[in-house]
Amino acid sequence: MPIQYYIALASCLFCIGVVGVLTRRNAIIIFMCIELMLNAVNLLLVAFSKMSFGAHPGASEIAAGTDAQLFVFFIMVVAAAEVSVGLAIIVMMYRNIHSVDINFLNRLKN
Amino acid sequence: MNAIILSAIWAVIMMLGSFMVKRKGNFRHIAAFGLLVLFVANIADTYGYSLFNFNNHGFLQFTRFGYLFNSIAIFSSLIYVLITGKEISRYGNHTAEYFALIFFVMCGVSMLAFYNNLLTLFLGIEIMTIPLYILTGSDKRNMKSNEAALKYFLMGSFSTGIMLMGIVFSYGGTGTFSLDVSRAGIPNLYNHVASFLEIVGLLLLLVSLAFKVSAAPFHFWTPDVYDGAPSVFTSFMATIVKAAGFIAFIKLCLVRMTATSAAIDWKMIFAIIIIATLLVGNITAVFQQSVKRMLAYSSIAQAGFMLFSLFSVNDFAKEGILLYSAAYSLATIGIFAVLVKMKDYTFEGYNGLAKKQPLLAATNTVFLLSLAGIPLTAGFFAKYYMLAAVVKTGSYLWLVIVAVLFAAVSVYYYFRVIQAMYFKDGNAETEAITPSFKAGLLLVAALIILIGVYPGIILNWLYF
Repeated sequence: MPIQYYIALASCLFCIGVVGVLTRRNAIIIFMCIELMLNAVNLLLVAFSKMSFGAHPGASEIAAGTDAQLFVFFIMVVAAAEVSVGLAIIVMMYRNIHSVDINFLNRLKN
Repeated sequence: MNAIILSAIWAVIMMLGSFMVKRKGNFRHIAAFGLLVLFVANIADTYGYSLFNFNNHGFLQFTRFGYLFNSIAIFSSLIYVLITGKEISRYGNHTAEYFALIFFVMCGVSMLAFYNNLLTLFLGIEIMTIPLYILTGSDKRNMKSNEAALKYFLMGSFSTGIMLMGIVFSYGGTGTFSLDVSRAGIPNLYNHVASFLEIVGLLLLLVSLAFKVSAAPFHFWTPDVYDGAPSVFTSFMATIVKAAGFIAFIKLCLVRMTATSAAIDWKMIFAIIIIATLLVGNITAVFQQSVKRMLAYSSIAQAGFMLFSLFSVNDFAKEGILLYSAAYSLATIGIFAVLVKMKDYTFEGYNGLAKKQPLLAATNTVFLLSLAGIPLTAGFFAKYYMLAAVVKTGSYLWLVIVAVLFAAVSVYYYFRVIQAMYFKDGNAETEAITPSFKAGLLLVAALIILIGVYPGIILNWLYF
């Protein structure tokens, strides 16, 4: 399959995530949309990795493209760290106002 | 390499210290000692005495620029811990953990000073911001702190997502994560598609880094987060972390954006961002009633000045950004140190401070003058270097005039604080002020004036 298909799919997923972050009001759903963005990135990274590998046929460049796959693992680890901190913050907010609706976040404005 | 590894080790030591050391007051001394060790180790590293030698495969690149920035950042946080460290224990029982998080942030800052690969850029930014989400929300019972933490977290991870997409597109375009691009053949794509992907990737990276340094169209989270976070941690976020964001940004600009300047007019994009940032920061700061919120907007305005170094990527800009980060960090740490001691954060709260605490008022005046860029303070030379860098590029000279006009606007709101302290009658209430705190403030004010008279004492380190 040409790489353009992967780019289109990942861009669509990414845009769905961005639109979700900008329009939804529930903190958990915003969070899910951010994860969707990260996973679109992971998908595209793997696709580009395969593409780079295909660009170097032969045994001499066996490591071509592996750096992108390595990056995917780093993204997964960092995303897990972010989730643990983020959910803790959301739980802390829920304990105080019994809601995860970000419309409550307007007190700082005045 | 010393700073990256030692700061992570010291963070673990601080965490262990939370149950090994009984007296809460001692953590601050352990942290200050740790920062001192980091500072010495980093300077030793600058002259080739590295404790850890291994092949990092080009993921990190150790330059004098990175070392000098790292020294400035570590020194600023040492000053920060010395003068405001005591206040950290106000927020809950987890003082040692807060210091540990600060050390993790320092680890991220060091990584950003030395990164040479988009992977280390990403890791550095994340190591730096994830602890900050926790520090922002550390005042758990306070609703404002909660809101600030949630807002910062959502905005921060959103911009991380954008940054990752930018990194991937630029990988697709160039075939490498390394900063210095060697176009290792991407035959499956036509050449113009590859360069298009790279440009899109760099634009996305620019957006996400603009988020991190709170440049104008992406600044909207800054006032709320800086206002809601506990003041001690705002001081840290607004200074060292912001400067590190700029260092990461300028390294990207120096290599990647200069390489693609034929395809897209980066100068124009940065000019628009600078104008918007200066406008929003300065004009909104004028209308604030709370000094803390005014400082949040003023930090946006100062970011506008720092963006000049990204606009004119030359040697002058490199020197300027180092000087600016030192001048801005020291002055802002000082102002926040005084602010934390005030009972009332509004302008009225400062009324008559000069009569009750003459030394606090005097040093605070020096810090405010430095931020406003008055000569004989560090801020003057910082702003001078930024504008001189633009003049050297020879294009967009009208930007300099706009910048000077906005600097004049900024004088208004900085002088409002000075006016409140000296010329208004009132009863400014402060917490108990210790002699060591006063000595710390005097030291910072002396440093600011010293840098203002001889900016060379910082810049010479870049070459000798």
